[in-house]
Amino acid sequence: MNGLLKWVDARFPLISTWKSHVSEYYAPKNFNFYYFFGSLAMLVLVNQLLTGLWLTMFYTPTAAEAFNSIEYIMRDVNYGWLLRYMHSTGASAFFIVIYLHMFRGILYGSYQKPRELVWLLGVVLFILLMAEAFFGYLLPWGQMSYWGAEVITSLFGAIPYVGESLTTWLRGDYTVANATLQRFFALHVIGVPLLLLLLVFLHLVALHQVGSNNPQGIEIKKHLDSRGKPLDGIPFHPYYTVKDFFAVTIFLLLFFAIVFFFPEMGGYFLEHANFIPADPLTTPDHIAPVWYMTPFYAMLRGIPDKLFGVMVMGGAILILLFIPWLDRSPVRSMRYKGDYSKYALLAFAISFIILGYLGTVNTTPVKLCLARICTAIYFAFFLLMPIYSRYEQTRTVPERIDG
Amino acid sequence: MSKILACIFTLAFMLATHAADVEMLPIKIDVQDKARLQRGARLFMNYCSGCHSLRYMRYSRMAQDMGLTTFDGEIDSDLLKNNLIFTSATIHDPIQISMPAVDARQWFGKLPPDLSLSARERGASWLYTYLKSFYLDKKRPFGANNLLVPDVAMPNILAPLEGQVIAMPLGDEQLKLLSNSTLVTIAPGEMNEQQFDSALRDLVTFLVYVAEPVKLVRYHLGIIVLIFLSILAILAYQLKKVYWRDIH
Repeated sequence: MNGLLKWVDARFPLISTWKSHVSEYYAPKNFNFYYFFGSLAMLVLVNQLLTGLWLTMFYTPTAAEAFNSIEYIMRDVNYGWLLRYMHSTGASAFFIVIYLHMFRGILYGSYQKPRELVWLLGVVLFILLMAEAFFGYLLPWGQMSYWGAEVITSLFGAIPYVGESLTTWLRGDYTVANATLQRFFALHVIGVPLLLLLLVFLHLVALHQVGSNNPQGIEIKKHLDSRGKPLDGIPFHPYYTVKDFFAVTIFLLLFFAIVFFFPEMGGYFLEHANFIPADPLTTPDHIAPVWYMTPFYAMLRGIPDKLFGVMVMGGAILILLFIPWLDRSPVRSMRYKGDYSKYALLAFAISFIILGYLGTVNTTPVKLCLARICTAIYFAFFLLMPIYSRYEQTRTVPERIDG
Repeated sequence: MSKILACIFTLAFMLATHAADVEMLPIKIDVQDKARLQRGARLFMNYCSGCHSLRYMRYSRMAQDMGLTTFDGEIDSDLLKNNLIFTSATIHDPIQISMPAVDARQWFGKLPPDLSLSARERGASWLYTYLKSFYLDKKRPFGANNLLVPDVAMPNILAPLEGQVIAMPLGDEQLKLLSNSTLVTIAPGEMNEQQFDSALRDLVTFLVYVAEPVKLVRYHLGIIVLIFLSILAILAYQLKKVYWRDIH
């Protein structure tokens, strides 16, 4: 075994890679709850890839057979129902994990210098994940799949001059049809996943170049021991591998509780209307995207002008890219930032959740007004950040991580 | 007679205070109840399967899940063929209808929907409420209408069991809102009200099972998985504690 290892290591940087990225990758010793979600996102990604691979073996990507093949998987394929529920629950779990992962980044200023690139790659991953989820949602070819795709692709029609032709080009037909299903299938099972994997790799390489941030926002590389190792750092393996393994078991407990006992999650993870086969002639009474898209959908609906609405919705996602340069605070972590930042983050988080709720229900004048206020707060959080993060009283960051 | 009328009006008053929309009636579903599933299947095959298919459900799977088996665990195909299969289907076929689509459109104005997934689409409560909301209406082609789905195309197929039901408008006589009506049985059917409700519960339980047959094993397997993960979590926590002893 040792001989084989030496043989490989002479031809491939195996041991050095293992050391620099795992066994001698020094991570701050004060990681808290929020730091589980990076590893958990990887776990969910693997779950999606594996269950997705098996689902692909039984799924038929044609308008005539897609819905039937899903029921075939649910009924006739051995454990097909388990694969499908793990995949559908995994999609929602992915967004729960990623939203918490991103919130952690904002909470502890993990996007600040020198981790801007880690953040940027992360935002691109988030956009890819939304694309992946959107493409995947069409595949069951239920009513909500169909009309969701119809509504979202029609948004491109808002673009002046080229909108209509662009929409037709994207769909491959004048409405969402067989051609759309087949290209979404291709993008869902190979196109976007390849990009996701590449970007996850780059996200990790970029992270390991600069090192992980921590809840106190203290740079652990400033204080090294005689061997050049950070004094407040501990090797990722075995310390964080065992800690993350524990988190994985707790995550799986919750995950499988949903898979086995509440796979529909009251219509939030699997929508009731999606148990009706797609019917281009019957529009459902109430079209709503799955919960993880609803905050952005609520923003879109809150704005009367279609083009402006689309711009706001796109802007709400793209504005995340600029946060490393919008934050002018001398400190990273919310623990040492001033009151303005704390209240701003609180207002931001609350309005995001309210928008998420508003996106799932039918709109009324009061709710429409609320959606607009929340959208304004969402954008104000980012646009006013250069002001409130700069002119607030921050607390002194300790030199070392306290025990 | 006046006593009955008084009763009806008291009841009517109580109901009138409720919302105008038809309220969903609560229903308890236990898909593990095999006797109920078997009775539900019998009702479905006798009353519904002429028009409504269950195209994602195979006779054989249904028989297996409901315990329609011989002593050695094989599907009892004679039992199945004599009691539940009324078409020329083999036992491994899905539950289809033999009514031609062209005729169905001519007779009902639309194709009777496949009911494989109706319970997942509408929910058990909706199905139960729907089946309990039929009433006599001479203006409709089949002489029946429905409170939950006004001007429904479906005839009241269960009328012989339920008896004759009429809708009594409540509240203001001039505002004869149908959704604000109460249903009154004027002539009894083969079943009394309790029997009929129980039969509907059988039927809805059967449809809930058909919508997701795996419900029968999903909970059982889930408990095993969660027990395994709980033990693993305890071990993982102990392992973490051992490794982290010397940190801080």
